[in-house]
Amino acid sequence: MDYHSPASFAEASALAANASGITRFLAGGTDVLVQLRSDLVTPDTLIDIKKINGVSDITRNADGSWTLGVAVTGAEMSEHSGLGRDWPGVVEAMDLVGSTQVQGRATLTGNLCNGSPAADSVPAMVAAGVTVMVTGPGGTREVAVEDIPTGPGKTALAKGELISAVNIPARGERGGDAYLRFIPRTEMDIAVVGVGVNLRLDGDTITEARVSLGAVAPTVLLVEDCAKAIVGSALDDAALDALASAASAACNPIDDKRGTIEFRTEVTGVLAKRAAKIAYARAKGEDL
Amino acid sequence: MSKLHVSTTVNGDAVEYLCDPRETLLDCLRDKLNLTGAKEGCGTGDCGACSVTVDGRLVCSCLMLGVEAEGKQIETVEGIADGDILHPLQKKMIEYAALQCGICTPGILVAAKSLLENNPNPSEEETRYWLAGNLCRCTGYDKIIRAVMDTAAEMREAS
Repeated sequence: MDYHSPASFAEASALAANASGITRFLAGGTDVLVQLRSDLVTPDTLIDIKKINGVSDITRNADGSWTLGVAVTGAEMSEHSGLGRDWPGVVEAMDLVGSTQVQGRATLTGNLCNGSPAADSVPAMVAAGVTVMVTGPGGTREVAVEDIPTGPGKTALAKGELISAVNIPARGERGGDAYLRFIPRTEMDIAVVGVGVNLRLDGDTITEARVSLGAVAPTVLLVEDCAKAIVGSALDDAALDALASAASAACNPIDDKRGTIEFRTEVTGVLAKRAAKIAYARAKGEDL
Repeated sequence: MSKLHVSTTVNGDAVEYLCDPRETLLDCLRDKLNLTGAKEGCGTGDCGACSVTVDGRLVCSCLMLGVEAEGKQIETVEGIADGDILHPLQKKMIEYAALQCGICTPGILVAAKSLLENNPNPSEEETRYWLAGNLCRCTGYDKIIRAVMDTAAEMREAS
């Protein structure tokens, strides 16, 4: 295995484009090293991107949007004073990943590129409308988070391409987000169902919404019918029931030891309601 | 593949080693620097027995490569005591009999010290969440949590 620590994304991309065999990018390493050590994936080329300038920066831009470097850890996101005020759902979702030790290394970008349908941060990012910059041999393009995963363990990134930054939109007025997951214990487990909700209000009425589901399909889902169910409402019981039905209807889960198809489908509706209530309260300025 | 040269700092001492890029920081600490306090329990970041701090940040040394330690400040369980004088956490772990087989203890000590540096007055819930990545199959955790809480109280009084 060749180890490289390039000084720029262009250099990282060129290394990957010219490499033969299996290439992996190393940020926090909490998935890459587990796969390496358990002989699941033994890269021929390992490209450590942590020596690139700015990869650990959390920047609030002039328009209120946020740019996160690809090596920013979950712990750094949780400790940041402003990010969690704007996007508590995104920060809390990342914080659900692993232990204190894992939080010290794990990144949003790694959680996304690992391609797990159950990744906690991914539905929260999709709901928030997060995009990523993808740098490849042909330059850099902006891609929505929901367009990155293509199946379990698979992404839309081509040979030589890597994510070079994470863009979180400006929070703006009267907006709130939330992420909830179901696990059979209180901590340190993989989502059986995850739901991210992000919405905006005018008065008491929801004017915009994005609802995203995790762990209930081969990839994260952005469900337009869920948004339609609550936009125009004040999140009354009828809207909540419509939201739950739309969320359950969108599910296409697997049966496994952690949850049956029926269970995941039912719980998705329940969590969608609860997450929507939290996002709604946050949009009204309540501190939850 | 030739070996890579790494210069780093462990418990305040400048050290150097040669490693294969596949070797973890845990491998390098144990096999090259003879610092065998950090243990390999699972090798997949689940058990916390290999906990160390890197630039003050608590991590699993099994989930970090030895080459990534270049230029970093590493702290391990070997650096917790001051010569023959045990750290208050170590004294309390003994006083409370907060260990049996002892495999998890170095990781618990490093993680608990990191907790108290970040939060000198943790609640029991905060302590339990912070240490959720340190598995112990002997004690049932209660003695560990009580030892850490009591150490925190004692260190607050002393400071």
